[in-house]
Amino acid sequence: MEALSSLIAGFGVLADPMNIVYMFVGIMLGVLIGVLPGLGGANGVAILLPLTFSMSPVSAIIMLSSIYWGALFGGAITSILFNIPGEPWSVATTFDGHPMAQKGRAGEALTAAFTGSFIGAFIAVLLITFLAPVIAKFALQFGPAEFFAVYLLTFCSFVGMGREPPTKVLAAMTLGFALAAVGIDTVTGQLRMTFGSVELLRGFDFLVAVIGLFGVGEILLTMEEGLAFKGKSAAINARVVFETWKQLPRFWLGCLRSAAVGCWMGITPGGATPASFMSYGLAKRFSKRGREFGKGELEGVVMPEVAAHAAGTSALLPMLTLGIPGSPTAAVLLGGLLIWGLQPGPLLFVEQKDFVWGLIASIYLGNIAGLLVVLTTVPLFAAILRVPFSVIAPIILVVCAVGAYTVHNATMDIAVMLVFGVIGYLFKKLDYPLAPLVLALVLGDMAESSFRQAMLVSQGNLGIFWSNPLVGSIVTLALVMLFWPLIGAVLHRLRGDRAKAAAAE
Amino acid sequence: MESHNAASEHTVTRRTMDIVVALAFMAVATLVMVDSWRIGARWASDGPQAGYFPFYVGAIMMVASIGTLLKCVLASHPDRSNFVDRSQLRSVLQVLVPTTAYVVLINLLGLYVSSAIFIAFFMWWLGKYKLPLILPVAIGVPLVLFVMFEIWFLVPLPKGPIETALGY
Repeated sequence: MEALSSLIAGFGVLADPMNIVYMFVGIMLGVLIGVLPGLGGANGVAILLPLTFSMSPVSAIIMLSSIYWGALFGGAITSILFNIPGEPWSVATTFDGHPMAQKGRAGEALTAAFTGSFIGAFIAVLLITFLAPVIAKFALQFGPAEFFAVYLLTFCSFVGMGREPPTKVLAAMTLGFALAAVGIDTVTGQLRMTFGSVELLRGFDFLVAVIGLFGVGEILLTMEEGLAFKGKSAAINARVVFETWKQLPRFWLGCLRSAAVGCWMGITPGGATPASFMSYGLAKRFSKRGREFGKGELEGVVMPEVAAHAAGTSALLPMLTLGIPGSPTAAVLLGGLLIWGLQPGPLLFVEQKDFVWGLIASIYLGNIAGLLVVLTTVPLFAAILRVPFSVIAPIILVVCAVGAYTVHNATMDIAVMLVFGVIGYLFKKLDYPLAPLVLALVLGDMAESSFRQAMLVSQGNLGIFWSNPLVGSIVTLALVMLFWPLIGAVLHRLRGDRAKAAAAE
Repeated sequence: MESHNAASEHTVTRRTMDIVVALAFMAVATLVMVDSWRIGARWASDGPQAGYFPFYVGAIMMVASIGTLLKCVLASHPDRSNFVDRSQLRSVLQVLVPTTAYVVLINLLGLYVSSAIFIAFFMWWLGKYKLPLILPVAIGVPLVLFVMFEIWFLVPLPKGPIETALGY
């Protein structure tokens, strides 16, 4: 098994004690970020990214991805104890988690959530370990047309699979592409949409956008809801942990189902949030105790967590193999790769073996370490949440400002961040999705250059996108995804008509 | 909730905001398309021109926003619910206005001093804290930032006249 020997080499990279230290620092920071409102995986990683420029890429990615795992774990703490989802993907965890806490079973709920997260991540990383090298090898044969087809599929999936109105998804996405195009055109060197401004020459950095959209925007939303943290106290001791673990094997089938949902949604950019809702819905339908869901069922806590963590982890698979991130946080990590001078995509598995397998090995270790850290430190993080919002909010805003500044050492970016914050607030309220905007901003240049290269090869003939079965089927699938809202509506009407006809007879 | 209370909370409907944002998107789309057309959005002898891709991005944005706009205007049951309650808007502005002032202040005083002022103001104004609690937080946070960035990571943050006077 080639994958296994590579993985063992990857664990060798982790033998450096500094990398282990970075991993624990990352997880602690990540849990903190996941717990605090207004700081999440995506913007937490974005804020800390500039600090890693001087580190070696391997240490940097280990620390940043550990922040991501920590944030995934941390979201559950606020959901269960405070009924406030720290992250959007832990909304489904509140449904049964908080009722359990109200009944005094907080320790049980937390243990179940953390273990569920761990199981989800573990299944997803197994998938990455064995599938990633295969996909990367396959993708080595890709030309620009194939790459553009995959980009197209990514973006069309947002339209087909998103819960938001398709026109709004398209609008948000094209805004991302338009912002990405601002600045110097990398092919011809022409200035685009700078309108004579020197500040716009640099273009819009997606890190600044992420900090604004997710950080400042989230603070404004939290303010609007007028949060008062009234939480349940949590006590986790070894006995509760083992008691809960004893109950978990009963749910093995559900866990596998949730992990499958999560992995699928993570690889296609559906993301962790819909995955957690979908898995909760499925568990409710299939469970014998489905009627009891919402009143404090252990199963209702485990399932969304398994799916969310599986989705969050498997989002790294397309990022590593194809250079296409499956979630906003993965997009930020991808931006990090570019800054450290690594070209994400299939070549990474050939040229940067240490880096890739070190990262994959760190996912295994990071999740084990994460489970231990959260199980032991819950009371500490719950205490942080009792600090009033009027103290936390300005500190978070200061941290966001620092993060935005350090991206390019430009004070102008802090103002840009604020503007993105207001945009994020408006978009959230009006159902414009943020993920496609961020992904388009990150991938805009790459999608455009692969499109232009493909066009150069074919002399401007769009037929190149159907020139071989592979690219043809991806593009066709993408178009089906794009028009899915229309196709779905037509199918629905046809079926409705038939039902009506049947009723008339 | 009583009716007069609901009326006093009324600001704008979601439908109005939807239309405003869709119009804003159309304005952006126009800007993108016009500027892309200016630098050339056609096919040159050596392939697509620089404005080719953004032009069509703008075109899709235009079509999508017209779709959103039409859906709002033509909807048989328009969403007339309140976009944001007056009291909610007040809390949002309570954060937004000081933060805007903070961003301006960073340009004048540097990041450390303005952060201290910002945190202190926020705690005093919204949290109604007393000075003994405000001072340690407002001075401590910028101090931690200073040690972390200037000394540990060697990343300089914007500094103003006060730091210069202190020799930094």
